[in-house]
Amino acid sequence: MQHTLARPAKPGWLRELIAVWGFAQRNYFLTKRYFWWDFVWLVYSIGNALSIGFIGVAAQQGAGSGKDFTTFLLIGTLIWSYLSMIFDILSETVSWERWEGTIEYTFMSPASRATHLLGTSLYAVVYGIVRMVVMLGIISLFFDLHLSNANYLAALVVLIICSFSLVGFGMVTAVMPLLSPEKGQQVTMIFGAALLLVSGIYYPISVLPGWMQVLAKVSPVYYALEGIRDAMLDGKGVMSLWTDIWPLLIMGVIFPPLGIWIFRQGERFAKKTGRLKRSG
Amino acid sequence: MSNHATVTVSDTQDAINLTHVVKRFKKKRHEYSTALNSVSLQLRRGEVFGILGPNGSGKSTLVRVISTLIIPDGGDVRVFGLDVVQNPREVQRHINRVSVEASFFKKLSSMENLIYGAKLYGVTDRESKPMIKAILSDIGFDYKRVNEPMEHLSRGMQQKIALARALLTSPMLMLLDEPTTGLDPRSKKDVQRLVRKIHDEHDSSILLCTHDMDEAEELCDRIGIMVNGNIIALDTPQALKERYQQDGQLPSLEDAFMAATGQSMEEIETAELQRQENEKEKAGVS
Ligand SMILES: Nc1ncnc2c1ncn2[C@@H]1O[C@H](COP(=O)(O)OP(=O)(O)O)[C@@H](O)[C@H]1O
Ligand SMILES: [Mg+2]
Repeated sequence: MQHTLARPAKPGWLRELIAVWGFAQRNYFLTKRYFWWDFVWLVYSIGNALSIGFIGVAAQQGAGSGKDFTTFLLIGTLIWSYLSMIFDILSETVSWERWEGTIEYTFMSPASRATHLLGTSLYAVVYGIVRMVVMLGIISLFFDLHLSNANYLAALVVLIICSFSLVGFGMVTAVMPLLSPEKGQQVTMIFGAALLLVSGIYYPISVLPGWMQVLAKVSPVYYALEGIRDAMLDGKGVMSLWTDIWPLLIMGVIFPPLGIWIFRQGERFAKKTGRLKRSG
Repeated sequence: MSNHATVTVSDTQDAINLTHVVKRFKKKRHEYSTALNSVSLQLRRGEVFGILGPNGSGKSTLVRVISTLIIPDGGDVRVFGLDVVQNPREVQRHINRVSVEASFFKKLSSMENLIYGAKLYGVTDRESKPMIKAILSDIGFDYKRVNEPMEHLSRGMQQKIALARALLTSPMLMLLDEPTTGLDPRSKKDVQRLVRKIHDEHDSSILLCTHDMDEAEELCDRIGIMVNGNIIALDTPQALKERYQQDGQLPSLEDAFMAATGQSMEEIETAELQRQENEKEKAGVS
């Protein structure tokens, strides 16, 4: 006698329905397990949605006041793709080498941490600029960009000065995987999304709520965008961009050494607790 | 030797000098595992010193402490007389390491990995490239494959590249952490031959961690037997065997190990695995 056969047979549609429930439930279990990752993705998506909303507001208000909004937007995209790449390359220095398994060899070499991070930054800046030039070239085939006045040199100067601050931010986020492997990446993502939202990449910050405008004023990306847009759209020179350049200079002098200092603290903590790498 | 009076290596110092080195790792709140429990040893200049111990006995932790990757909780760690915690940078210049897993950028080629590794020690391409060629032909590495991504190479070949990486920086002290574990017998022999050669020709001091009895006996001038973070016996292979000899018969190193620890290497490793499993089960209950 076989029990399985004796059981009253469920109709086919019901068995399918139970399986549907099985799949749904499994994914719910996973969401629960990865709660913080889902949370981070949610925050990230909200950030994106908000920035699209603010683009809408800016468009209605006639952003760029007479200037070409398309050019305004595309400059923002280019600058952000460059700056976020610098930030990402730096912030992945540790997690990437950990994944490859080379981190201990890098950390036991006599090259100092400043050397390590500055070498990484040097590459990021050069690569980023080349990439941006290529992007600008291709994008300008599609749109009638209003760049006849553009002062490229002044824009480049502002961009490079701003890179220092992003390098500093990247150093701070780079060390976080040494403290907590998962949380580190999560904080990095949220930080990137916040920077994108408040810095006025796709809209003038006047469309933001007051408290966000305050945050913008401490973001180096805000000053970079202001300066570069003035240089590209109005052809302003380095001297007349001084109001944007001096905050960038101050932040550029403070953030990288601060970043290295925080990195060293994290490294020391990791060496004390054995978190550099586990295995072997 | 040099004009930096305070922080340079001196000829008269031991290669490694450990006194009562302690390292604990936090497992949970108020719960620690002791990886090194008051370890003391001297590795003389030019010596090949073996650490023989089962998995989990603390060998890798010892290597990491010496190579500045783990800061000890207590005790004194000196490399050529330099305090590892106080002068990590100076110590780093004189050491290099080969570990179980060949840690490379797998998508990059051997050549790319090697010239990168050398630069971190201030060695330029012009200096490193001829050395790479010489070292690789010496090891029996097929030079034609030097530009292939490393993930295409066998474990044995990767391990040879790992040795080459260490050799490029001309270290006075080589830390070898189970360099032959998991290699096929042929590669194993190749790597062992290379280790002997490094010692003979480059006059390096070598710390070799292994759980291979034959390897330890064949390569090492002296051996420390390590169990549970303690060095429980330390002597030349010959003297270790003599110490535990019975009725005039010289035991094998394996038997000497058993006599010293009361268990075979396998028994200790099985017990350690069992302990870890139990821990997981207990964690589930509480
Ligand atoms: N980074 C670390 N964090 C926590 N525990 C560790 C760490 N490294 C080693 N341990 C623990 O210390 C003990 C010794 O490990 P290890 O030094 O790797 O031994 P071996 O190399 O002889 O196998 C083990 O119990 C291991 O679980
Ligand atoms: Mg080990």
